[in-house]
Amino acid sequence: MKTVSFDTLVIGGGASGMAAALAVAEEGWKVAIVEREESLGGILHQCIHNGFGLHYFKEELSGPEYAERFSEMVESSNISVYLNMTIMDIVKEGDGLTAFGLSMDPGMVRFKVRTVVFANGCRERNRGNIGIPGTRPSGVFTAGLAQRLVNLEGLVPGKECVIVGSGDIGLIMARRMSWIGAHVKAVVEIQPNPAGLTRNIVQCLNDFDIPLYLSHVVGNIKGKDRVEGVDVIPLENGIQQRDKMFSIDCDTLLLAVGLVPDNELARKIGVALNQETGGPVVDSTLMTGIEGVFACGNLLHVHDLVDFVTEESFRCGTFVSGFLKGKRPEKQYKTNPGKNVKYIVPNHYERIRENRFYMRTLIVKNNALLSVKVKGTEIYSKKLRHIQPSEMIQFSLTEEDFKLIKEEGPMEVSIE
Amino acid sequence: MKENIFDVAIIGGGVAGAAIARKLSSYDCTVSLLEKECDVSFGVSKANSGIIHGGFHHGPGYLKSRLEVQGNRMFDQLEEELHFPFKRCGIVVAAFSEEEMKTVQQLYRNGEANKIVGLELCNRARILELEPKLNRDVVGGLYAPAGGIIEPYRFVFSLVESAVKNGVQLRTEFEVVTAERTNGYYDIRSSTGDKILSKWVINAAGLFADRVSAVFKAEEFRIIPRKGEEFLLGRNCSSRPNHVIFPVPGAVSKGILVIPTVEGTTMIGPTAREQESKDDFSTTEENLNQVFSSARRLIPSLSQREIITSFAGLRPALKSGDFYIGISGKRPNFVQVAGIQSPGLTAVPAIAEYVKDLLKKDGLVLTEKIDYDPAIPDQPRIRYADNNEIDSLVKKNPAFGRVVCRCESVSEAEIVAAVRNGHTTLDGVKFYTRAQMGKCQGGFCTDRIVKIISRETGMDIVSITKRGRGTYLARNKIGDFEVKDENSIV
Ligand SMILES: Cc1cc2nc3c(=O)[nH]c(=O)nc-3n(C[C@H](O)[C@H](O)[C@@H](O)COP(=O)(O)OP(=O)(O)OC[C@H]3O[C@@H](n4cnc5c(N)ncnc54)[C@H](O)[C@@H]3O)c2cc1C
Ligand SMILES: Cc1cc2nc3c(=O)[nH]c(=O)nc-3n(C[C@H](O)[C@H](O)[C@H](O)COP(=O)(O)OP(=O)(O)OC[C@H]3O[C@@H](n4cnc5c(N)ncnc54)[C@H](O)[C@@H]3O)c2cc1C
Repeated sequence: MKTVSFDTLVIGGGASGMAAALAVAEEGWKVAIVEREESLGGILHQCIHNGFGLHYFKEELSGPEYAERFSEMVESSNISVYLNMTIMDIVKEGDGLTAFGLSMDPGMVRFKVRTVVFANGCRERNRGNIGIPGTRPSGVFTAGLAQRLVNLEGLVPGKECVIVGSGDIGLIMARRMSWIGAHVKAVVEIQPNPAGLTRNIVQCLNDFDIPLYLSHVVGNIKGKDRVEGVDVIPLENGIQQRDKMFSIDCDTLLLAVGLVPDNELARKIGVALNQETGGPVVDSTLMTGIEGVFACGNLLHVHDLVDFVTEESFRCGTFVSGFLKGKRPEKQYKTNPGKNVKYIVPNHYERIRENRFYMRTLIVKNNALLSVKVKGTEIYSKKLRHIQPSEMIQFSLTEEDFKLIKEEGPMEVSIE
Repeated sequence: MKENIFDVAIIGGGVAGAAIARKLSSYDCTVSLLEKECDVSFGVSKANSGIIHGGFHHGPGYLKSRLEVQGNRMFDQLEEELHFPFKRCGIVVAAFSEEEMKTVQQLYRNGEANKIVGLELCNRARILELEPKLNRDVVGGLYAPAGGIIEPYRFVFSLVESAVKNGVQLRTEFEVVTAERTNGYYDIRSSTGDKILSKWVINAAGLFADRVSAVFKAEEFRIIPRKGEEFLLGRNCSSRPNHVIFPVPGAVSKGILVIPTVEGTTMIGPTAREQESKDDFSTTEENLNQVFSSARRLIPSLSQREIITSFAGLRPALKSGDFYIGISGKRPNFVQVAGIQSPGLTAVPAIAEYVKDLLKKDGLVLTEKIDYDPAIPDQPRIRYADNNEIDSLVKKNPAFGRVVCRCESVSEAEIVAAVRNGHTTLDGVKFYTRAQMGKCQGGFCTDRIVKIISRETGMDIVSITKRGRGTYLARNKIGDFEVKDENSIV
């Protein structure tokens, strides 16, 4: 078996892996990216719509264009890129880590490394995860799979389509299916509010006269060989109103019901996971519970926008470089989700430098107030014009801020 | 036309038909295995609990019980020859009251009467030692170390591969709809007009054994489908037991079990409810809740959050509750293998012996084939290999180096092997390799598999199906309908 050595192994060559690798390599370290597909870019390849890079490049790019910009940067760096290779296993060995990558050529490769960055993204929740009862015909797709069949294989998954989930992926697929000549009969959303951006509601549903059923669920799938229809059930105060159930005939059901970090590999090496995000628990430097193992991007927590993935992953790379230089957080404190907060990442902070936090709320509200408390004293607050669970909230506390904050200890972040 | 004349035609490519076909393939006779679906094991045999039962649920008064005991003992040799996933993990029956302990004692006596070895009556301490995850309210139970678990579809595929290797002709998409007997041969016709002639016929048509019997004007009986819904939890399920856990059985079924499947997932089920329809495999939320509350009585830590999928199977039951295996009294050279409900999977190796003996007794001359080879090649799976083994597999065949299904670690070489073995639908590939069976349920790999099937068979992607007939994946290409956005043309 071939053995190679690096300072850093980055698992996954999507937006997050590329950014993390670039940041580590910039400091002169020897870095490898291992990517299972035949090119870098990850999920961006299948997202041929616009809306990427507004924050980072200050222009509107498609997914593949965004990926292309980064893979060019990787190419002109001295990062070693292993394509068509899957990391199968990672073990701790002595001071370092050993990972095993499988490819057709040269077979299994042993990576002896000092640090690992998990950047292997997320997977889609599926029918089993949300437990839709009924028959088991062909024609039930996760939205991401349908997106690949359309955008990469040139196929039409079906003619008459119902979509579950009003997040941006569901909405964008509603438009995509309409464009290729399918009839999208409904988008069904369990929550009382649409999960996606208002812009997408207008451009993807309203422009095509696609009805959006809020506070509804698909309660049954019908059809023997191929999907023949679904039963849709309204919710009132969270309770299914079966007497008001109605049917929609369709041959295709797309499930856009959320993403979860693809954490199997991280779990294998014994990384502790966060129940709320599904990703690893990390310290203030995005390092997991295992020395030298870091995480970023959708593997850490699912992001709405690729720009945030990039930002977080650059930061992660800088921390990895610091770790390689021997830097360790001196004193870190926990970050705890308080009232109306689903999660906050990272799970720790330090007082000696800028800390950036990403979080999600549990509620929908206009004019909300974010409040950070340490030992009961508010140390920071921020007005938020509109919040909803599907939109990530971010804020930063800088070294300057901390100079003015006397209280030291775990912080609690809440939203009212 | 010569190749369409057989000594024996077996109707039904489920586990029963497959086991009988393989048994007969060791003799000098010509055999045809007829299956209406596009692949074998697409009937009852694909959706069950996969348990090799322990021989204690019924006494020797039942034919099914005698064959279960015999069948169980034959699995070690079968595994050696056919390499399907199989493990004797043992069965534990958990009792929660003195009343239930009385039933356990009855089970123990059944087992004794069936001459089961190793059966053990357990007190509370012993049962908790065997199975620490059990509900602390358990008072005692039964331990049957010879019980086990298999991957049922892979078992059928292996049986059929072996049978075909030894000369059996497999005809899929051959639904028997009419049959006439002339000149000592049954003239058997399919729904698409294909025809074969056979001296002997074995009816192993599972749920449809009653219809096939009617087609041949043989005995009248009714198969009563009894639905069983099962729920599958992912790998790493913290509640996964060491043994198959049974409650104390009730009147109609063996109850809701917790099964540590041979492939590392955990399954709970099955329900048991009679129904009219033979093609209603739907699952319901009510039953999900019922199954979970029953299963939690055994292992309280089980969580619905870990469900990755659910499915239902129909037991092909007769009113008698027993198997019906015998030479027809109404039609010559016609053998009934009907009512093969649970423990059918366990019993089939013995059923095959039994049917062979019936045929012999009734006059079919069976001489052993000199070149009969019971073994099929062991198809390597990267999931079972260590890193060095995988490396040398790749050196021999690079396709072992391409991971197609990441949840279950399935390589392209395994997918190709499935397709070359004739499994050319998504479900066929799934049952052969486990690709699409893991956590993401095909979300990541379906498109890759479709491309491999298309490349290997030359089929156009739009004609690839989930499981034959109308179960197409995507019947149209972009451009087939009016395209409303010019950017869409790929
Ligand atoms: C396939 C894919 C495509 C991506 N595309 C982009 C992109 O275009 N741009 C970009 O910047 N980044 C993209 N990303 C990355 C980014 O992380 C996602 O866009 C992120 O926003 C997920 O949004 P979502 O709307 O799909 O999921 P969610 O926001 O989780 O939406 C799922 C919705 O389904 C609802 N739901 C759940 N169960 C039911 C039920 N039983 N009945 C009815 N409703 C139910 C939920 O309430 C929720 O609103 C993509 C990632 C992937 C994997
Ligand atoms: C929920 C459930 C759980 C179970 N659990 C277990 C267990 O744990 N252990 C155990 O030992 N047993 C178990 N069983 C029982 C076991 O699955 C069955 O006994 C066994 O699979 C029956 O096999 P078969 O070959 O008789 O039927 P099938 O597999 O249904 O085979 C019959 C075949 O005949 C074909 N056919 C029908 N009509 C025609 C026609 N006209 N022409 C051509 N082909 C035709 C069908 O398509 C089918 O493929 C379980 C059953 C169920 C439903």
